[in-house]
Amino acid sequence: MLTLSPQDIQAIGLSLKVATTATLIATPLGIGVAYLLAFGTMRGKAIIEGIINLPLVLPPVVVGYLLLLTFGRHGIVGKALSNLDIQIIFTLTGAVIASAVVGFPLLVRSIRIGMESIDPAYAKVARTLGAGWWDSFLTIILPLSVRAIFAGMTLMFARSLGEFGATVILAGNIPGITQTIPLAIYEYTSTPGGDSMALTLCLVSIALSFTVLLASEAATRTLRKR
Amino acid sequence: MQLDVQLKKQRGDFQLDTSFSLSGERTGIFGPSGSGKSTLMNLLAGLTTADSGHIRLDGESLFDSAKNINLKPDERRIGVVFQHAHLFPHMSVRKNILYGYKRTKTDNRLIEPNALFDVLGIEPLLTRNVITLSGGERQRVALARTVLTCPRLILMDEPLNGLDENLKFQIIPYLNRVFSEFRIPLLFISHSMLEMRMMTEEVLVIDGGEIKQHIGTESLAKTSWDTDRKGYTNLLSLGKSTPHHDLFSYRWGNTALILTEPGLVEENLFELDAREIILFKRHPEATSARNLLKCKVKQIYMSGNRARVELECSTSTLIAQIVPESVRELGIQQGCNVIAAIKASAFRRIF
Repeated sequence: MLTLSPQDIQAIGLSLKVATTATLIATPLGIGVAYLLAFGTMRGKAIIEGIINLPLVLPPVVVGYLLLLTFGRHGIVGKALSNLDIQIIFTLTGAVIASAVVGFPLLVRSIRIGMESIDPAYAKVARTLGAGWWDSFLTIILPLSVRAIFAGMTLMFARSLGEFGATVILAGNIPGITQTIPLAIYEYTSTPGGDSMALTLCLVSIALSFTVLLASEAATRTLRKR
Repeated sequence: MQLDVQLKKQRGDFQLDTSFSLSGERTGIFGPSGSGKSTLMNLLAGLTTADSGHIRLDGESLFDSAKNINLKPDERRIGVVFQHAHLFPHMSVRKNILYGYKRTKTDNRLIEPNALFDVLGIEPLLTRNVITLSGGERQRVALARTVLTCPRLILMDEPLNGLDENLKFQIIPYLNRVFSEFRIPLLFISHSMLEMRMMTEEVLVIDGGEIKQHIGTESLAKTSWDTDRKGYTNLLSLGKSTPHHDLFSYRWGNTALILTEPGLVEENLFELDAREIILFKRHPEATSARNLLKCKVKQIYMSGNRARVELECSTSTLIAQIVPESVRELGIQQGCNVIAAIKASAFRRIF
């Protein structure tokens, strides 16, 4: 019963690839945005925060549709990219973008909360000790928020593994190209007799998510010990 | 050190508007909380920017709104020791201490870390975890961290405030040793007259965002009547004691003082409340007070129904606080001789 078809294995591989890429690309940006939200004093902070958090509350399908409008052949970004012969929709890149946008608020929220718990005086002390802005950011703020950054990355990775709504609209459900685990499960459930195959992938999904949680817990514990 | 400052800063309802020049090596900024002390410190360190004015240190402009100069905190070479030591929690004590040193240009590294560790007694702390340090230890580490950057000026913002009441003054000898050994100019911010007198030679009195007075610390202490409920406190720095029956005898100028408390180390600081000194016109035949000192009246200050008599005893000065009626009855005036009687138990140890 618990056997995986080559297509399933491809789906698992794609899922991991999409989630990893989306998380790695989003992390530097997430750290920057979280820093601005935690320590910045600019106007309109609430509005920026609202826009970033929007994908968290919108139905993923809506996010996917908005992305399709943006990256589609007639979209603002899509048009520019198609001149460069780059296509986003129905590609793995599209799946990565969909996952990145949907998971981004979780990443930023986690890092921001971590950064807000850092006493701003530490950075000030570092400055008076001769450290420039980047120096104090890299040696004080970043190490002190490393746990929060890691927690945010885990959260985003897990969310990306489960991403369905935005992905199916922007990247479609093409086996071997954009079909990740959730999309494969969806296809099995809508095919007669696909129940046991769906269940197998469900178990894989559970195992993957659980591994991520355990790994994150273990990593947090080692970081705390340091 | 030559510091010229003229700054304006509006912050909500509060306005800081100061102008002063300093050349002393140890200056205090003295004022109640909310008077603008910390605002001034942040402006000097470059952590906040003034609306207008200038800051010049030894001829160099650190800030000048007219010329659009505003050096960043890391370019000013002004050290700051904050009220709470703010040791970096993710670094060891050693890494904390060397954080600024590593970022100081080799030409500017004039202080050898090991020499400083000796003065501050930090050697045994180096391998400890930051969170296990006591308040006083944390402040010593924070001071070492700042001193090693060899700043042109060190600002200390109420560094004794967070410390245990009984132990807080134990850090004073360390501070004094560091500042006299390494000759770094100090700007000491505090609302405590006692701390000011232990750490500074002159003070800027700040209130309501304005500098009200620029005065010698001792003159301020002698002439201020209401800043301290206790009145004037005499500070006596005494060396090692020798046993005297069941009491302890200390050298004080060319006379001796008898105290109930022993002095086991070279540096001891005692306080003596001015109201604890009783004055006699002639040598009393017998008294329970263990110290009878022949003094000459230097000066008398009056305020309401209190009078402070500045006495010259051997080579030092003491201030006794009595009432004007006694001044009249005893005929105390400048230049006359009196006997000061002080109980052995009237001296209280500060450190």
